[in-house]
Amino acid sequence: MKLVNWGTAAAVVAAGGAVARRLLGGDGQWPPRSVAPARASRWHVVTINRPIDQVAPGGGIPEPLAQLGDAVEVQLRPAPGGRGTELAVRLRHGESAGVAGGAARISGTDPRRAVRAALRQAKQVAETGEVLSPDAPPTARETLLNSPLEYATRHGREEGRL
Amino acid sequence: MKALCWEGVNEVAVEQVPDPQLLNAQDAIVRVRRSVTCGSDLHLLGGYIPFMKQGDVLGHEFLGEVVEVGSEVRKHKVGDRVVVCSFVSCGRCWFCEQGLFSCCDNGNTNPAITETLWGFAPGGCYGYSHALGGLAGSHAEYIRVPFADQGAFAVPDGVSDERALFASDAAPTGWMGADMAGIRPDDVVAVWGCGGVGQMAARAAMLLGAGRVIVIDRFDYRLQMAERVLGVETLNYERTDVGAELLERSGGRGPDVCIEAVGMEAHSPGPQFIYDQIKQQLRIESDRSIAVRDAIYNCRKGGSVFILGVFGGLVDKFPLGAVMNKGLTIRSAQQHGQRYIPMLLERMARDELITEHLATHVMPLSEAPRGYDLFKNKKEDCVRAVFTP
Repeated sequence: MKLVNWGTAAAVVAAGGAVARRLLGGDGQWPPRSVAPARASRWHVVTINRPIDQVAPGGGIPEPLAQLGDAVEVQLRPAPGGRGTELAVRLRHGESAGVAGGAARISGTDPRRAVRAALRQAKQVAETGEVLSPDAPPTARETLLNSPLEYATRHGREEGRL
Repeated sequence: MKALCWEGVNEVAVEQVPDPQLLNAQDAIVRVRRSVTCGSDLHLLGGYIPFMKQGDVLGHEFLGEVVEVGSEVRKHKVGDRVVVCSFVSCGRCWFCEQGLFSCCDNGNTNPAITETLWGFAPGGCYGYSHALGGLAGSHAEYIRVPFADQGAFAVPDGVSDERALFASDAAPTGWMGADMAGIRPDDVVAVWGCGGVGQMAARAAMLLGAGRVIVIDRFDYRLQMAERVLGVETLNYERTDVGAELLERSGGRGPDVCIEAVGMEAHSPGPQFIYDQIKQQLRIESDRSIAVRDAIYNCRKGGSVFILGVFGGLVDKFPLGAVMNKGLTIRSAQQHGQRYIPMLLERMARDELITEHLATHVMPLSEAPRGYDLFKNKKEDCVRAVFTP
């Protein structure tokens, strides 16, 4: 199996660091001080229905993953059965679990959110050429009753099982 | 523009909402000419799918005229008359390429909700809650159609709006059930539910070569419509021993294929309805699966059951023993309409597929709340209420 590890390449994307801190939340420290304790990060993976040379033309990291810089490791490999390309990402410095993980989610400092959103966007762009926008302006009104749903939809691409 | 909005459990109102805009290069804006109620809307109205916000526009089955296209739309131009599949699919992910369009990876802008609920997220659906993307529905003067080249289909000149409208959802949903259930020539097919989708499934079964098609419901006016327009056999389950009739009409074998077209608010004259109703109202179970149980129980050994009705969560007393010991095949799906709509429009043009009889009540959008009252409460022999914005 052809395996391309882009971790080393990612490490030298110096400009990515500042962007990553912005995208991944926190206070400029990595990992953010509010997210602790860290544990080994698992791989977050999507399969993109395109060949590897289209997903990563010229050997680059697909956008917007490249903006996460050296905070993440990225792997690309052909998916079995002609299903395209598996794109995998994990946080270099681990991710929080349990109570700390829950707290990070609520406080908006969970770095996995940026990873999930970036993976979903990279897949959509590679497969369809665009990222589908939610309807705007919305017709629905925010109320106290629907505030949990409002929160869920605001983070609709950042959460889930990915 | 004016639109019919969800305002709370069993509350809808025609309101002024912002006009839709082109937001992606593959979008089109369609002026809605016809938009129709669907039985699955009633689950939203009743609060059984708790992912609606006040002000959400309802409606997912519609036909209209293209009034604006994004820069990447190739197949459609301003002025085209189109029918639009109710499910939003990209046409290019692996699932779309397999013909499983409603399982699209890219059509739902809120995948987290359904990933968490169901394991993976299906595609999006117009006007069908934020769990399925939160896209505005079609009971409105205008609607945004993402991935327009994939989901919108030009209507042939010879096919009326009234007929083509149902190529948006009821006809492809029904056809999919008959097709994916694997109907073979001379099969006996039983269909639970004589609404729009059940009737379309029954007609599809006939066109796919079934020997006998038996439709089951509790409303005589619907059963009589199916007998008269489609030429199928019918059973009223409130007055008939459905199991005994199906045995008799299938030589004691049981139906080869059983299609459920009822969904999560099924009724029954027996005590199981009271049991399920209490549990559903107490939110101990989310869906009443009475028709699914009946379909599984009555299906022949080694037969096929297709679940077309919409379900959202958990059901109780699921007869897994019958499924396993009779060797049944169960399949289900939200509609993969993009796979069937062109073929269905051709059949409509040849008069093989008649649908306009379903539109028992046609009215302006301003009367849509009355339309839902007629439709939900089965008043005035309503089968479907159609709105003309």
